[in-house]
Amino acid sequence: MSAGVQTPVDPAPVDPTLVGTTAATTDGQRSRIPWRFIGGRVLFYVFTLWAAITLNFFLPRMLKGDAVQAFMARSRGQVTPEAEQALRTLFGLDKSVPLWQQYLGYWDNLLHGDLGISLSTGLAPVGEAIASALPWTLALVGVATIISFLVGTAVGAVIGWRRGSRLEALVPVTTFLGTIPYFWLGLIFIAVFSTALGWFPAGHAYEIGVEPGWNGPFISEVVSHAVLPVVTIVIVSLGGWVLGMRNMMLTVLDEDYITVAQAKGMPDRRVLWRYAARNAVLPQIQSFALAIGFIVGGTLVMEMVFSYPGIGLLLLNATNAKDYALMQGIFLVLVLAVLVANVIADIAYAVLDPRTRQTEA
Amino acid sequence: MTTLEFQHVTKVYNVRGSGQLKALDDVSFSLTSHQTIGLVGQSGSGKSTIAKILTQLERPTSGTVLLDGKPVPTFGKGLRRYRQQLRMVFQDPFASLNPYHSIRHHVERPLRLDRVVPPAEVDAEVRRLLERVRLDADAVIDRRPHELSGGQRQRVAIARALASRPSVLVADEPVSMLDVSIRLGVLALLSELQREEGLGVLYITHDLATARHFSDEIMVLNQGRIVERGAADDVILDPQDPYTRELRAASPDPEKHFQELAAQNAGGAR
Amino acid sequence: MTDTLLSVRDFSVVYDVDPPVRAVKNVDLEIGRGEIVGLAGESGCGKTTLAYGVQRLLRPPAVITSGSVTFHDEDGIDVDLNTLDAEHMRRFRWDKISMVFQGAMNALNPVATIGSQLEDVFEVHRPELGRAERRRAVVELLEIVKVGGQRRRSFPHELSGGMRQRVMIAMALALRPQLMVMDEPTTALDVLVQREILRQISQLRHEFGFSVVFITHDLPLLLEISDRIAIMREGEIVELASAERIWNAPQHEYTQRLLASFPRLTGQKGVVAR
Repeated sequence: MSAGVQTPVDPAPVDPTLVGTTAATTDGQRSRIPWRFIGGRVLFYVFTLWAAITLNFFLPRMLKGDAVQAFMARSRGQVTPEAEQALRTLFGLDKSVPLWQQYLGYWDNLLHGDLGISLSTGLAPVGEAIASALPWTLALVGVATIISFLVGTAVGAVIGWRRGSRLEALVPVTTFLGTIPYFWLGLIFIAVFSTALGWFPAGHAYEIGVEPGWNGPFISEVVSHAVLPVVTIVIVSLGGWVLGMRNMMLTVLDEDYITVAQAKGMPDRRVLWRYAARNAVLPQIQSFALAIGFIVGGTLVMEMVFSYPGIGLLLLNATNAKDYALMQGIFLVLVLAVLVANVIADIAYAVLDPRTRQTEA
Repeated sequence: MTTLEFQHVTKVYNVRGSGQLKALDDVSFSLTSHQTIGLVGQSGSGKSTIAKILTQLERPTSGTVLLDGKPVPTFGKGLRRYRQQLRMVFQDPFASLNPYHSIRHHVERPLRLDRVVPPAEVDAEVRRLLERVRLDADAVIDRRPHELSGGQRQRVAIARALASRPSVLVADEPVSMLDVSIRLGVLALLSELQREEGLGVLYITHDLATARHFSDEIMVLNQGRIVERGAADDVILDPQDPYTRELRAASPDPEKHFQELAAQNAGGAR
Repeated sequence: MTDTLLSVRDFSVVYDVDPPVRAVKNVDLEIGRGEIVGLAGESGCGKTTLAYGVQRLLRPPAVITSGSVTFHDEDGIDVDLNTLDAEHMRRFRWDKISMVFQGAMNALNPVATIGSQLEDVFEVHRPELGRAERRRAVVELLEIVKVGGQRRRSFPHELSGGMRQRVMIAMALALRPQLMVMDEPTTALDVLVQREILRQISQLRHEFGFSVVFITHDLPLLLEISDRIAIMREGEIVELASAERIWNAPQHEYTQRLLASFPRLTGQKGVVAR
């Protein structure tokens, strides 16, 4: 057989150890924020939003009967045909208008912030009804979720670090607490801390008679009314965060870079938090961001037990009253919240994990 | 007499964000029965791409792959038959065997799927194949992969590859994850099988020494191009291409090292 | 100041599982100042366990059951590593003995920059240095290993295997230790890259004068670079001699078997053993 088929390659003195590096052009001016990556994700979510809104438009129209009919039934014939027609137009349910026009009308209204009229809350605009309930849910459940996440993740990190110690008992304890039916826990807490000990009020967001606003008495009222709901939510949801973080810690602690860190003489505290937990927390952040999305839906059970004026209760009432406009409005808000949470999760992950910024292997 | 040919094969990958990556650039070679060709390349040279194209896991961007003069079919029965003819042994003896199945299952499967022998003879054939690769059939046949050593697992992988009576065997770094003292044993087995079954073997590796030891011919791959080809001893002992020379100079060679040392000492002593 | 840097006497490690595994059996080893000692053997022979054990980096279920490890510091003080408490051991580490791990895969923290991982060595061990001095030291290290100071803001996954290995070397060199233990530092690298790295290690050794314990299964490689080689099998050192002796006159049959596992690159076709 003859010698080489192609002309010999010119051996430019390339340092072989530099082959294969993707940081070849780094010069310290690289942006930390992967715009291209985020842009792609945002576009995807915009599309999802459009699809959700369109679905939101079509679903109630596919239901048997419609909102106006339900209203009529409830009003027992006290609505004149003209009034009915007017209502139909108001709700965009006018049969005489072609569907695509209704659709465009829907979008037009949406972009003007008009979500329709709520039948069950005395014909108030849906937006108003939601706006009066949403902040309570967001604040309460939001605070509870954040506390639960921070405490659970930190505890999970420490348990994972001290593998096999007595702290491990916390894992089955917290997960057990998560299996307790929430309403039962809530009622027990009310019975003990409210009725028996009188430390905290039994329900509602604040007592009637206190003037709402950014003043001392009101804020302290709100806080004292929020303690029991927050504590019960934290107790029930802690287990998930602890377990998740502990498991990730165990995986991460087996990695070589932990051994290297210890070999370098890094103090335990630094290895635990900056090397191990920092890596183990990445999937937790994802879960947390998604959990944020569901905060908006509130916890219906909590709101029922504590008579808390949140979105969950609002949705329940709307469903019972067949208040389609309000239901639609709430669904929309939920969808938006989940999408926003997803975007935040993606951004957070991209910022926290430098490996995701590369769009190619 | 089977011939496998690469004709002017080029493979280009599109990489998001950084343009194109030319993994193979106008590669041509032919592999016939009763022959072992060593394909020597470092990481990023394109040798895994060649393996992927050979097993039709990837298609060339341009150029053709021919088996016995005919282009390799890309779908259907033709592809099935091609895959029976060309089998692969992989690098990682841990990963290439399914941990949930017995050895019997692993070797049986190609026999059944390709209907190499009638069902009644399958068990006997499995045992024959295991003996062929110097394993005690009775001892290993009902075991799971994790109960075997790395060397034994690799032999099972070879037995599995031979089950469908292929004419070409592609061995992609078959011994680099094995313990040092058993490597030559496995390579000797491959050599023996190649001779006795008349296989054409493509031995892909980064290690020049074993390539020289076991191949009839060697091709040196550098960044997607074949820069040198020839008889094994010619390429290693008298390389023409500068890259090949560099590879040889960089590979550990204690014999040369101590000879030079002795010469130095002799020179110094004078 | 004696010529011996590290004395390991009667060192044993057992993995406390069921049944217990004797990973290292009564090993005696001395490392001289400025010497390269190769530690060769196949997987499971105990070479890595020995290297980790000597630095007290082993984790349960590994237990050191006997032996002493004495470090003869160039200051003239002898330190028995087994008697150091956790805090002193932590300060000893990296300062006197450092380790180069296989850098290819996961030896570097994936979410921290190279620079920060080099800097924290100084943060922890040289707290008297200010931030600017630390940064300068890090840049200097990166220049010494020819990675380049500008890479300090890169993440590990952005570097090639060869560069990551150089970063590991830079990290091990940071406090100018007297002994560097290298565990398969070039195994996952290409032959060309490997040669470069070895050249660099050699040059650094001449410049800084540290000793090296080089662990690998690649015996031909060790023959080229080591002063002395220890062949390990099943927890014991079966042969310990100069590289030349191992090459010319291997005594133990396992050594001969190991040599016979490597085909010759040049010369007559056949295996490396004669």
